[in-house]
Amino acid sequence: MIKAEQKPIDEILRSIDPYNKILLSGCGACVTVCHAGGEKEVGLLASALRMARKKIGKPLEVLEATAPRQCEPEFALEFSEMIEKVEAVVSLACGVGVQTLVRHFPKMPIFPGVNTTFLGETITHGLWEERCQACGNCILDKTGGICPISRCAKQLLNGPCGGSSKGKCEIKKEADCAWQLIYDRLNALGQLHKLEEIIPAKRWGVESRDSGLRRIIREDLKI
Amino acid sequence: MKAGSNLEKILSKGLFAVTGELGPPKGNDVSVVKRKADLLRGYVDAVNITDNQTAIVRMSSIATSTLLLQMGIEPVMQMTTRDRNRIAIQSDIFGATALGIKNILCLTGDHHTFGNQVDSKNVHDIDSIQLIDCVKTMRDQGTLMGGEEKIEGKIELFIGAAENPFADPFEFRVIRLAKKIKAGVDFIQTQCIYDMKRFKEWMKMVRDRGLHEKVHILAGVTPLKSGGMARYMAKNVSGIIIPEEIIDRIVKAKKPAEEGIKLCVEQIQELKEIEGIHGVHIMAIEWEQMVSQITEMAGLLPRPKIE
Repeated sequence: MIKAEQKPIDEILRSIDPYNKILLSGCGACVTVCHAGGEKEVGLLASALRMARKKIGKPLEVLEATAPRQCEPEFALEFSEMIEKVEAVVSLACGVGVQTLVRHFPKMPIFPGVNTTFLGETITHGLWEERCQACGNCILDKTGGICPISRCAKQLLNGPCGGSSKGKCEIKKEADCAWQLIYDRLNALGQLHKLEEIIPAKRWGVESRDSGLRRIIREDLKI
Repeated sequence: MKAGSNLEKILSKGLFAVTGELGPPKGNDVSVVKRKADLLRGYVDAVNITDNQTAIVRMSSIATSTLLLQMGIEPVMQMTTRDRNRIAIQSDIFGATALGIKNILCLTGDHHTFGNQVDSKNVHDIDSIQLIDCVKTMRDQGTLMGGEEKIEGKIELFIGAAENPFADPFEFRVIRLAKKIKAGVDFIQTQCIYDMKRFKEWMKMVRDRGLHEKVHILAGVTPLKSGGMARYMAKNVSGIIIPEEIIDRIVKAKKPAEEGIKLCVEQIQELKEIEGIHGVHIMAIEWEQMVSQITEMAGLLPRPKIE
């Protein structure tokens, strides 16, 4: 899922400085799971913003709402009535959710309340790690199901580099070396022969973000 | 001959090769290059020119290599994939070979967060093994990477790469060497060797697969200047192993620098005896003035002159 972290409150306060009434919108999907922008965080941040503004003599009215999935137009549109009553929106959804609101509410200033950080998994309570960079052509079949694009600091396809030491990455000592994990996994599966093959260069410029805006078109689903 | 470089000639004649290393200045001061190059002249067969090593911005390896050519010293141009995509890589190879550079060392490069431009975007469009394949394609097929596009002219390069028997997973290190050979590498320079036992174990695995007959392996050495340096490297540089007894020997020596040179010479003599080692790569970092003494003491002089 998409992982995000709340922006520093000072940054959010600066964004909404000119406004007296805002909507703080949360999302019930990914950002709820990583405790950055769900209903609970909306409530906590709303109180914090009100208090901060009261303190400087510029009281702020904050409406609160959380959509099940802010990145889906039908849910985003549920905000319509509330948005008519405010001067600006702070969205605690990921960058996608923010832009869904932007697309549907062209005259409303909309600010991000979180930094969208990565696609990752929950390791344990309070710890999430990146697992995918949506590179456009999955190679997990070649690497024992461990992704070197998201988990190797140099995105090596034929790693590991000379900085792999005792299973750890030289860049971040707390991070496992992705290629050590790949080696161990293929070893356990009895598939070490897979490592003998040279994985060719990725076609970043055709398959990835480097090709410009990516779209998926499914004619069979169009109405 | 693939490129006809001095290094290639020496290795293909079965002679024991010696290469050195020169780190370009953090600026455009040519006198730094000249001073260091003069210290290596005559003592090595070719000099590696590092490519923004440890991600510190320095004079480019192409420009520095060209300065060496002008001085009559053969460079091994290092090229990392950290800072260039495949457009820049191939363009730089056109330029480098046009300027007369005949040896290339294909590297991934140290991560940019070690350097002095930590906010930069790293490239890693391709990795070092794919770079070897790219250079070989340019040289042997006369085309650009992965394409039909014909190259105007002829790319002649002796292709090198690095290997580190001291990084993990140990068992994968030989597989990785085999992949580099499969990609088309002509010579290998290793990470600096202190743990002779582990290195010999690795070389045995190399020989068991017959890889020593497919590639020229130059063993890397770095003389230790002081006990502090030995301790620092052992503790802080991933992929370098310095056994306790070596650290002890340097720390306890009355003259640590002299002991470091002595140790380096002993290492070279021991490495020379290992089957499959075709040369040494002496990385005397900011200590280039010692290369003359090391090569002299190790009995590597005079360097052969091949027409």
